[in-house]
Amino acid sequence: MLEVAVRHRLGAFTLEAAFEAPPGLCVLFGRSGSGKTSVINAVAGLMRPDEGRVRVGERVLGDTSQGIWLPPHKRRLGYIFQEGRLFPHLSVRQNLLYGRWFAGSLLPLDPVVEMLGLGPLLTRRPGALSGGEKQRVAIGRALLADPGLILADEPLAALDEARKREILPYFERLRDEARCPILYVSHSAGEVARLATTVVVLQDGRVVRQGTAAEVLSDPAVTPAGIRAVGAVLEVRVAAHHDDGLTELDAGGVPLYLPRVPQAVGAPLRIRIAAQEVILARQRPEGLSALNILAGKVDSIREGDGPGALVSLDTAAGRVLARVTRRSAEKLGLAPGVDCFAVVKTVAIAREDVGTA
Amino acid sequence: MDWLSPAEWEAVRLSLRVSFWATVAALPFGLFIAYALARWRFPGKQILNGLVHLPLILPPVVTGYLLLITLSPRAPVGGFLKSIGISFAFNWTGAALAAGIMGFPLMVRAMRLSIEAVDPKLEQAAATLGASRTWVFATVTLPMVLPGVLAGAILGFAKAMGEFGATITFVSNIPGQTQTLPSAIYAFLQVPGGEASALRLVAVAVAVAMLALLLSEWISRRVAARVGGA
Repeated sequence: MLEVAVRHRLGAFTLEAAFEAPPGLCVLFGRSGSGKTSVINAVAGLMRPDEGRVRVGERVLGDTSQGIWLPPHKRRLGYIFQEGRLFPHLSVRQNLLYGRWFAGSLLPLDPVVEMLGLGPLLTRRPGALSGGEKQRVAIGRALLADPGLILADEPLAALDEARKREILPYFERLRDEARCPILYVSHSAGEVARLATTVVVLQDGRVVRQGTAAEVLSDPAVTPAGIRAVGAVLEVRVAAHHDDGLTELDAGGVPLYLPRVPQAVGAPLRIRIAAQEVILARQRPEGLSALNILAGKVDSIREGDGPGALVSLDTAAGRVLARVTRRSAEKLGLAPGVDCFAVVKTVAIAREDVGTA
Repeated sequence: MDWLSPAEWEAVRLSLRVSFWATVAALPFGLFIAYALARWRFPGKQILNGLVHLPLILPPVVTGYLLLITLSPRAPVGGFLKSIGISFAFNWTGAALAAGIMGFPLMVRAMRLSIEAVDPKLEQAAATLGASRTWVFATVTLPMVLPGVLAGAILGFAKAMGEFGATITFVSNIPGQTQTLPSAIYAFLQVPGGEASALRLVAVAVAVAMLALLLSEWISRRVAARVGGA
């Protein structure tokens, strides 16, 4: 359980954010300038807000009304920064052991090294590591500090797509195995979809929405990362792996097909379907190459400033969002309550949008 | 080694001793002031910066004379120091003080540059991992500025070896007490037939200076390779 309340004025910008996050991984989601980094730095004690309260379980890390604001080194943190921030004058091994030494709890090094595949890197210096390797070391360093709270500030933002795909599974494991809460800052809907137990949406320094990834991302009113990043999250299960390289998923009784995923049959998955990859049809399409067709009912239509509209559809698999033009919405006669089919190309479901639930 | 006369040896030994202690004594003060100038904001920062640099700009004779009028046993400060058993006037400790003050600006500049080059974000990272401010300084800042500290120390040492004007004004030119290498060269040049001695000392001075430069180059290259990875 993590409780955060921060009020801080910085010139014309006012940060006034308060939220409580249940155990698991809480993503602070918002575009740059929304105040995400200020919030996480206040939680870390790197910044002292005008007013603030931070509590992890029973431990109060700060409460300005009582004159308490612990310095960072007394907060028992594991902070994973965007740029890694490894110590260049220490070897990878010394970097890993740095926080452990101050924690005094001497967690064993080997399981962390093994989980993150750091064995071959131990004697190297950070200067000789790739971006992905640096981030793996940074994760290990944070874990070995035996933290009571793990913080991550856009830990994937500086990496290319391939490296992101390499690091994301480690955060999924962290979410599933860590015994402490994780606060994770991101502006990527894909990361929210894959990682979040809870999402807190920040906009102009205020919390505008909080909920599970599926709830928040499927809400057409929430578009902090821009309209192009909108997409609904479906909770599905692996049904079968087929010989032609496809994996069949069970989405609330509806079959969906994806390029082969590594998870075993029966494993729960989360997939994110970007709204701009969804085509709508009034009749069940015939003679179409797309394999995924979801029958549903229009729940709402939200028109933006431009020519586009965001249609939200209730299907047996869950809420699906589709971004279409206003013209086609009119031509199809779309309105709340109208029956409709959502069509999704198999290859349109990006690999980084598929993760373990 | 009999290619130097005992008097010449005396000057070389004294110079090395004076410069060594000048450097060692100035180092902690220099590091502290360099850190303050690089990282802290406080009223009077520009004045402190100016004061530190003053010996670099003032004529050395002026610095020496200022030392003389403040620290001579008859002056208030000097009198107080003498009463607690510290005397700088006309002995080698005075020469070390003058040399240390003259080398101080060079030392502080080198160290300040290297402290400014340390990313405060690394220090923040160390703090989030449980290191208090003292530990952050000892385990992150200091190791990373070590090349700058060494460079500053070597510069300060080299400057101390060459210091002449402030020293001779402050503590005069007493063989065996305050006659450092440059003072000795000067003295030998004042007497007929002293050129040979002066030349030998000049050779020593050049050798020491070259050695100091090579050493600092070597150290900074080693440290750079270590930090750079590979």
